[in-house]
Amino acid sequence: MRIKCPLCGERDRREFYYLGAKDYLTRPEESNLDAMHKYLHIRENPCGLTEDLWQHEAGCRAWLLIERNTATHEIFKVELVNNKKDSK
Amino acid sequence: MRYNALKILKEGLTGNKNWKPVWREPEPKSEYDVIIIGGGGHGLATAYYLAKNHGITNVAVLEKGYIGSGNVGRNTTIVRANYMIPGNSEFYSHSLKLWETMESELNYNAMHSQRGVINLFHSDGQRDAAARRGNMMISQGDDAILLDRDGVRKELPYLDFDNHRFPVYGGLFHKRGGNARHDAVAWGYARAADQLGVDLIQKCAVTGIDIVNGKVTGVQTSLGPIRGKKVAIVVAGRSSEVAAMAGLEVPIESHILQAFVSEGLKPAINHVVTFGMGHFYISQSDKGGLVFGGDLDFHASYSQRGNLPMMEHVMEAGMSLMPAIGKAKVLRSWGGIMDMTPDGSFIIDKTEVENLYMDCGWCYGGFKAIPASGWCMAHLMAEDKPHEVAKKHTFDRFRTGVGLMDEESKGSQHNLH
Repeated sequence: MRIKCPLCGERDRREFYYLGAKDYLTRPEESNLDAMHKYLHIRENPCGLTEDLWQHEAGCRAWLLIERNTATHEIFKVELVNNKKDSK
Repeated sequence: MRYNALKILKEGLTGNKNWKPVWREPEPKSEYDVIIIGGGGHGLATAYYLAKNHGITNVAVLEKGYIGSGNVGRNTTIVRANYMIPGNSEFYSHSLKLWETMESELNYNAMHSQRGVINLFHSDGQRDAAARRGNMMISQGDDAILLDRDGVRKELPYLDFDNHRFPVYGGLFHKRGGNARHDAVAWGYARAADQLGVDLIQKCAVTGIDIVNGKVTGVQTSLGPIRGKKVAIVVAGRSSEVAAMAGLEVPIESHILQAFVSEGLKPAINHVVTFGMGHFYISQSDKGGLVFGGDLDFHASYSQRGNLPMMEHVMEAGMSLMPAIGKAKVLRSWGGIMDMTPDGSFIIDKTEVENLYMDCGWCYGGFKAIPASGWCMAHLMAEDKPHEVAKKHTFDRFRTGVGLMDEESKGSQHNLH
């Protein structure tokens, strides 16, 4: 698997750290225990299209939101999480 | 039909013409007391122990492929009881005891071989950790011997003991550990369950789970609807997908784990050996192939084929530990779908839907657990309360944070196990 970092270009998968589902982008209030449980543990875990968070750890260290297919290793879109946040 | 030596001799002399299929291939009935979704090791063992221990025989096992086509036929076949955390410790201890009597009970040769598992260590710190683990294993009633360097040399003369980066300091020897013929475990439980009246329905994919007023009433399948008083989801890597049919969201992320088999070689590796400084473990099958594997690829995946970086890591680790295997050719490799939980331990529990149960989250350690998983799942479904050795393995531990079983002390987070 190779991932095309928006800043560094196409790089080996080894340079990237996988964090998990994009749920991590929407952190709930910590006092809301049910929401925190869902945020930390419960996953949709789809077979097919998914969006998840990766970091170009051994490169520019940018956090990336990657749209990919979990059944085929196909990668459709790689975006900087920072841009994503600004647009909201 | 029970197997015995006389029967084998007779069939051998008469052209092996009178062997019968070992289980029936029934049409599904319209209703069962228990429907088990998933005809893998855990599902089949659950069906068997429901019938054997609890007298519940009106049971169907629904398998979308064929019996043994899932992870039970695609793993590295290791059986051991060297866990350390309360909860896992007593469960795997129970499982190993069941392994030791399973073949005679099922009247089926699963080629269970207690050849011993040796976990190597390569530093003083690792030796302390191994000694502690060994003491925990002995205190839970299992066996462990702390081998020094010479002790390891006696058992495993082929290792590179003086590797400059990772010299071998010793190993923790778990003699009752070993491995088994994985397919035969599925076949043995399938045959025994069938003989007790369980219907094994192959090529029957579940497409929906029927729920009325919060209570499960049956399933929709590719062979039509089947009513069931109780339903179990025992589908390993596909747990999230099947749970979603019941509107449930589960704390599982499916990851890929690779394994490799070499060409057949003469007996060389007589134990299960694990490297302590890279993710690599190896044993040799009775056919002669070296069976070895490594760690997860570490990203959510259903692809059933791995990536090259982990493959390279496994080969490098293997070459560091036992350079002799560099002469062998790798024949095949594959990736299995692992149902990973945040804390790396499994779940055997009721769900929010009444009479719907789940046995899942086996991470990369499901094979050794097959007998005890079936035993405890059957107990939960028959008695409607958890079995003593699996009572800690609930869904709720993630919500509350109480009773997490984080065997690797990494934290309760999906991408860490």
